[in-house]
Amino acid sequence: MTDHSDAPHANSASLDSTGAADPEADGKPATASQRQLVWWSFKKHRLALVSAWLLIGLLVVVAFTEFLAPYDVRHRDSEYTTAPPQVLKIVDTDGGDGWRWGLHVDGYTSEQDERSLRITYETNPDDRVEVGFFVKGEEYELFGFIPWDRHLIGPKDPEDPMYLLGTTTDGKDLLTDLVYATRVSTSVGIIGVALAFLMGIVLGAISGYFGGWIDNGIQRLIELVMAVPAIPLWLGLAAALPTDMGPVMRYFIITTILAVVAWTGLAREVRGRFLAMRSEEFVTSARLDGSGHGRVMFRHMLPSFSSHIIAALSLSIPTMILAETALSWLGLGLRPPAVSWGVQLQEASKWSVLSGAPWLLIPGLAVVIAVLAFNFVGDGLRDAADPYKH
Amino acid sequence: MNDTQASEPMLEINDLHVRFPVRRNMFGRIAVENHAVSGVDLSLMPGETLALVGESGCGKTTLGRTIVGAQKATSGSVVYGGRDLTKLKNREKGPYRRQIRMVFQDPFSSLNPRMTLRQVIGDPLVATGEASGTELEDRIAEMMRRVGLSPDYMDRYPHAFSGGQRQRVNIARALIVEPKLVVADEPVSALDVSVRAQILNLMRRLQEEYGLTYLFISHDLSVVENIADRVAVMYFGKIVEVADTADLYDKPAHPYTEALMSAAPIPNPAQRGRKGRILLPDELPDPTDPPPGCSFASRCGYAEAGRCDRDPVDLVDGVRCVRKNELDLQGIVKADV
Repeated sequence: MTDHSDAPHANSASLDSTGAADPEADGKPATASQRQLVWWSFKKHRLALVSAWLLIGLLVVVAFTEFLAPYDVRHRDSEYTTAPPQVLKIVDTDGGDGWRWGLHVDGYTSEQDERSLRITYETNPDDRVEVGFFVKGEEYELFGFIPWDRHLIGPKDPEDPMYLLGTTTDGKDLLTDLVYATRVSTSVGIIGVALAFLMGIVLGAISGYFGGWIDNGIQRLIELVMAVPAIPLWLGLAAALPTDMGPVMRYFIITTILAVVAWTGLAREVRGRFLAMRSEEFVTSARLDGSGHGRVMFRHMLPSFSSHIIAALSLSIPTMILAETALSWLGLGLRPPAVSWGVQLQEASKWSVLSGAPWLLIPGLAVVIAVLAFNFVGDGLRDAADPYKH
Repeated sequence: MNDTQASEPMLEINDLHVRFPVRRNMFGRIAVENHAVSGVDLSLMPGETLALVGESGCGKTTLGRTIVGAQKATSGSVVYGGRDLTKLKNREKGPYRRQIRMVFQDPFSSLNPRMTLRQVIGDPLVATGEASGTELEDRIAEMMRRVGLSPDYMDRYPHAFSGGQRQRVNIARALIVEPKLVVADEPVSALDVSVRAQILNLMRRLQEEYGLTYLFISHDLSVVENIADRVAVMYFGKIVEVADTADLYDKPAHPYTEALMSAAPIPNPAQRGRKGRILLPDELPDPTDPPPGCSFASRCGYAEAGRCDRDPVDLVDGVRCVRKNELDLQGIVKADV
């Protein structure tokens, strides 16, 4: 009997030891990959974690733009120009006949100023616009190939006005524009940075690894590019673009222009790391193992600071977004009918417009949030990049 | 292993010079250069262990790196298998890189911190496309077992290992391509004394299993006495004495060797002080401007002014000293108690 009573004890002990707490339990030692260590360290950075969720949201917006926007980007309602934002309501208490449940917004009443003939809109609690989720609206193609006509949110009767963030001076829904602009501005940032990084990493790696006259040549080139002030260079290049260029072409050229200016900083950073690392013995031994220069550079050396590069990457996306916004705001980047945050803010640059329609500044808020989120995530990654540092 | 010495040398170094540019003039020409290796002649017999000893900065590591091809020679030749390795084109180096391997001194910086043992040890096979898949895995596991590491550790990163284990990884990486010659650059000097013997024994065992030839670079005379068949003493970029280990320790023929021997710690306290230590003055010659005569003359207690510091002196019968027949030098104190 004593044997039996011992057995469960032994069992529970072995159960305990197979738990996550004891890494040696299955005979093989636990191994945490670099990625796991970075993730564990990143998780401790609260602000970065929240920002990471924001960025994921941003990417969702980029992917599902047509579905999330209530209208098509070409939708224009000349009946309601510069209409104020509506508040989404669940219950209607103003009807007099008790509470009426149901998602709705207030409609608009218009009033024309007798002297200036300017029409101003106000929301009218007596006018009820039924709003629903997954409503039928304008047709679009999701991801460019799935035809669909549902929108996340919209008026149940397509003829009714629903402008949650108000409308622009020419009667476009600000929310729709903002969703489309998010796609454009974010992708300009990401694609631009990717291009810049490709150039920066390759040239920086070659420069630092080989040294000598190659290094000298590349460093002088970088100094040359850096010596040219960025804003006039952008302006010059952007102004040289023909005005009749299509919006897609213009988008890619603007992105390339931004990348050409932005690669130098990264190239220097990468070069410094390669320079410091190339005399390490593990680099020599990689060469002696029979690896070619390319393999040594990009298989043996680059992975050693890939997390630093990812951090630098997310830290330079905001610069790129801001550059695009500035360029478009000045009228030299993207132009209507293309929408980006900069294009949207262009409208808010006139005081006469802004005083009557402060909601036109909302895209600015989007810029601030996106820039901060990328910066916080970048900071978090930079701190997490070296798990053995502490 | 001394019986193999009758055969042909497997590696012959002839009048090898390695110089590093220190400063360039305004036209990019080298104005001042450092003579790290200046005229080394040395040959290695198949199957032997030749130790290369000398103080820090004497050029022994540079010599080792030149042999494996990690350092360009300025002039001279390193002949292996009928080819001068210093004149190989890059694409011809492949087979020689496999036959001559290096074990590095620092077990920490010589392993890439972001690569698992599998990647590190298998790298020579992967880089040359020699093995992949299960064959690669099997060979890595077999190699790990041979150097005394459990193949279970294959997917761990180097930071999880001690210096001794890391050095086993380095040895595994060097031997996985089954080389003929291994240049071991102070392989145990960074290790605890307790671990040293293990690594040395491992190296000796692997030498027998694989029929390896070692060039063992060290500054530690007690380690060298243990492992080497012959010893070459290097000073200021030149070999000053080459002899069988026992002979050299018993009766050094060069004053610098004697000074080295006298500096070796004596394990038995009772024997300490029996023999005076030879303290060398710090007057090392300028490596960018070597003296015409014996480079040790400025520090040598036996030097004769006007003779030693003037005429160039060659390595004759394994000793580079003009007074070699006149001196009676003292070897290392044997622990005979």
